[in-house]
Amino acid sequence: MDLEMNLNAPHSMGTTIIGVTYNGGVVLGADSRTSTGMYVANRASDKITQLTDNVYVCRSGSAADSQIVSDYVRYFLHQHTIQLGQSATSKVAANLIRLLSYNNKNMLETGLIVGGWDKYEGGKIYAIPLGGTLIEQPFAIGGSGSSYLYGFFDQAWKEGMTKDEAEQLVVKAVSLAIARDGASGGVVRTVIINSEGVTRNFYPGDKLQLWHEELEPQNSLLDLLNSSNPEPMNI
Amino acid sequence: MSKSVIETPPKGGFSFDLCKRNEMLSKKGVNPPSFRKTGTTIVGLIFQDGVILGADTRATEGPIVCDKNCEKIHYMAPNIYCCGAGTAADTEAVTDMVSSQLQLHRYHTGRESRVVTALTLLKRHLFNYQGYVSAALVLGGVDVSGPHLHTIYPHGSTDTLPFATMGSGSLAAMAVFESKYREGLTRNEGIELVTEAICSGIFNDLGSGSNVDICVITKGGKEYLRNHLQPNPRTYTSSKGYSFPKKTEVLLTKIIPLKEKVEIIEGGDAMEE
Repeated sequence: MDLEMNLNAPHSMGTTIIGVTYNGGVVLGADSRTSTGMYVANRASDKITQLTDNVYVCRSGSAADSQIVSDYVRYFLHQHTIQLGQSATSKVAANLIRLLSYNNKNMLETGLIVGGWDKYEGGKIYAIPLGGTLIEQPFAIGGSGSSYLYGFFDQAWKEGMTKDEAEQLVVKAVSLAIARDGASGGVVRTVIINSEGVTRNFYPGDKLQLWHEELEPQNSLLDLLNSSNPEPMNI
Repeated sequence: MSKSVIETPPKGGFSFDLCKRNEMLSKKGVNPPSFRKTGTTIVGLIFQDGVILGADTRATEGPIVCDKNCEKIHYMAPNIYCCGAGTAADTEAVTDMVSSQLQLHRYHTGRESRVVTALTLLKRHLFNYQGYVSAALVLGGVDVSGPHLHTIYPHGSTDTLPFATMGSGSLAAMAVFESKYREGLTRNEGIELVTEAICSGIFNDLGSGSNVDICVITKGGKEYLRNHLQPNPRTYTSSKGYSFPKKTEVLLTKIIPLKEKVEIIEGGDAMEE
């Protein structure tokens, strides 16, 4: 493994990001792994960034590009809010992201999912993948880990879920993607946005449900040796 | 990323044409001259009263150690310091530049600088140069909103962490942090942990070596412990000393003191417009 090349590789977020609408708002979810080549540069990053009080964005792709794009859009939205005299809608936020992504498509490498709640349209999810297209969907998935979730969502998604059902769906989906995608991992972060406000939740990696062939998290192999009846290792 | 087919007139901003030419030449085997890098292990951690930054002191030029005791912890503001890994010239230049900008900003606002200000200035600059300014930084400081620690990558992305490592020795140092870090460390525990992490980099990474520099920043002030630990002293020096045969004979020694041409007046009047 060539360590020198890996540490100078651009900081990318392998990632699994999800945005889901439910009756009353949206739930955004993401993993927390940022990698440079084969090394995990940050195992607890926060990929769900705030744009305004009621609009958040999930970032994937190049860490630098997505941070800069969300910084610019936060700045434009702040000015827009002042000029408009009321909070910005999620559609405006999504369109600002889309304009930056599309007009700079040759230079940017970032896929974003915008989710928010406003009084005109309620909860909305907008996906803006690599080329800069904008698509409004009842749910959206993105990042390298999303490849493993298309079938899962086809089966598990339903219209008109409650807040808890939606959040459990998002946590389950991110945890499934983390199990299969090397570039996703760490903890699961969720953000729920509705008329009442914003709630941030955090699910540590070792508290997630175990899937096929996953083992119980161990603190140290020394614990196995020191325990009274160590289990024989099974292949 | 796709290549644009239509030739568009230059819109301004940095022109990356020569960067592409350099990459093409490298592929053909024509390599640019090697430049001085700081191989490096740099770390930072947050403890109960503030931030501790640590760095090794080896600077390399290809396979040669060109500086055995260089300073990698750069001053940004009285309450903010920044460790730099990557190309030595880039880290020096970018930290000096942002340090000056921060001072101007302090004069402008009349307030102590904040770490997020330094962070934003650095990340904007590095992003504009798309990773060609090869500076990987660990920025730490204490301001009115508390202690902060950030890592900044050459492409302009940043992370905010309770403990961070960068440079070629980052994996060795991170292994030490991951096993021993906990919240609410005292000052001495923090310094010990940082020293251990840097030593892990010094002894296990070829790009890092020599001594350990530490900088402790708290609300009360900062303490720059230059060469806090010197685990690589020069051993095996000849006890007889070194004597070199004299080749040139000294014929005459004449010392002429310089006469002062300027009169220095103590005090004096203030300058008036």
